[in-house]
Amino acid sequence: MTRTKPPRLSRQTSQRIAFALITLAAIVVVAPIFFIVGYIVYQGISAISWEFLTAYPHNGMKEGGLLPAIVGTLWLTLGTAVVAVPIGIGAAIYLSEYAKDNALTRAIRVAIINLAGIPSVVYGLFGLGLFVIFLNFGTSILAGSLTLGIMTLPVIISTAEEALRAVPQSFRLVSVSLGGTRWQTIRRVVLPQALPGIITGVILGLERAAGETAPILFTVAAFFLPRLPKSIFDQTMALPYHLFVISTQVPGMPIHIQYGTALVLLIFVLSMNVLATLIRNHYRKQRFW
Amino acid sequence: MAGDIKIHIQNFGLRYSDGTESLHDITLDIYARQINVLFGPAGGGKSTLLRAMNRLNDLTDVVEQTGHILLDGEDITRPGYDIVRLRRRVGIVFARPVVLPMSIYRNITYGLELAGIRDKATLDAAVTRSLQQSALWEEVHDRLGDPAHALSGGQQQRLCLARVLALQPEVILLDEPTSGLDPISTAKIETTMQELKSDYTFVIVPHSVQQAARVADWASFFLQGELIEHGVGREMFLKPKHTRTEDYITGRFG
Repeated sequence: MTRTKPPRLSRQTSQRIAFALITLAAIVVVAPIFFIVGYIVYQGISAISWEFLTAYPHNGMKEGGLLPAIVGTLWLTLGTAVVAVPIGIGAAIYLSEYAKDNALTRAIRVAIINLAGIPSVVYGLFGLGLFVIFLNFGTSILAGSLTLGIMTLPVIISTAEEALRAVPQSFRLVSVSLGGTRWQTIRRVVLPQALPGIITGVILGLERAAGETAPILFTVAAFFLPRLPKSIFDQTMALPYHLFVISTQVPGMPIHIQYGTALVLLIFVLSMNVLATLIRNHYRKQRFW
Repeated sequence: MAGDIKIHIQNFGLRYSDGTESLHDITLDIYARQINVLFGPAGGGKSTLLRAMNRLNDLTDVVEQTGHILLDGEDITRPGYDIVRLRRRVGIVFARPVVLPMSIYRNITYGLELAGIRDKATLDAAVTRSLQQSALWEEVHDRLGDPAHALSGGQQQRLCLARVLALQPEVILLDEPTSGLDPISTAKIETTMQELKSDYTFVIVPHSVQQAARVADWASFFLQGELIEHGVGREMFLKPKHTRTEDYITGRFG
């Protein structure tokens, strides 16, 4: 005897339950972000002042400001860009426009995926071994930028390649059919169209580099250096490492200084994020394919 | 009415890696300053042959190519042939109008700029001439700076033709150029061809037998990668020699 069992829940009821659970999951994801940001703002806002942003730290870093750490992080972000942007975009162009599907290409792709999976502290050790000691750059902005740059490459390469591949194939065909070489086609049609996506990827990559502590720990960051770096061979303070230092290494550090520093770092990183979003939205409106 | 041979195709064969469309041993002459029509049912290899005439097949997955294609007696299939120069001499208009993401003006000057022409007066003159030739000038002359994608489909396709004309090529290939267009736009493109054929050699894959019959000075009927019949257009459409040509023209298969 075959008889279909009556469903225990009506279809509408199970639909409602599923919808409620999914909504809950979304809220659970968003809640910590608001909580973290809110808590840091709440604890740190009282530390923020003009002096906090523009003065040197003194009295065992318990007073004064963050100027050398802010400037150091700006330098490192710029240095990372100088290292990672040309190589990253170049590699992305190669992979998207020139590479044939062969062993070399597959090896490059595997390398990029693995590069993205390496823990950042391992990059720090690698930078120490190669740049600081072997190449004798010393603990310097140069060594730190190179280390952060290599760490950032996978992000830039994969987002840039994705942006290049999104440009319709028909544009390339038309350009070539009008007597364009492959490079002319890339430079005049493909790159300009992919640029917003590439810029977004670059900013997101740099944002990650700006907030990293482990890679700069052994390669560039100074514990306490109340002056601005003079050259790329100089050490510098940096916001993430400074935050680590004042949170764990200095006894009796006022809590609002710690959270104030975290807030400055957060604003720095989030504003890069906002910038990336604005650029993407601006160009997306102008695109018609 | 046989005239000068512009392109001589000699025992040409081609096979793709997926084996979808191929050509077998095609020998065919394309006549200068005539409208040469390649027609037949889909999958017959017409587009492939068209694209072989300016080596656009180089971009696709060609497994095996045999035979030769001679442009003014010069073998364009030989390795090391300057294909950039070839593509300036042999232009192509595709089935779907693809305008580049630039202004109307820059779409037309794009090919010239690639060739290193920077002189503003030369570029301006080329834009005016090619837009007049493609019967688009009246409609766009006061908004050349507008983005090209704002034009209608029919206008875009005439812009694509103007873009090719700007380079003053010797041969213009058209791959079903009116397949997505309304009858008025189609008529404009066909009229343009008739007006320009005293200066240019046209090779067209038409989108219908009717169009083939309307425009053909010379016609070639392709079926599954083979050239079945080649001759003067008027004669072929009135009195085809092969039964398969006749069956296709009269709509017995398609």
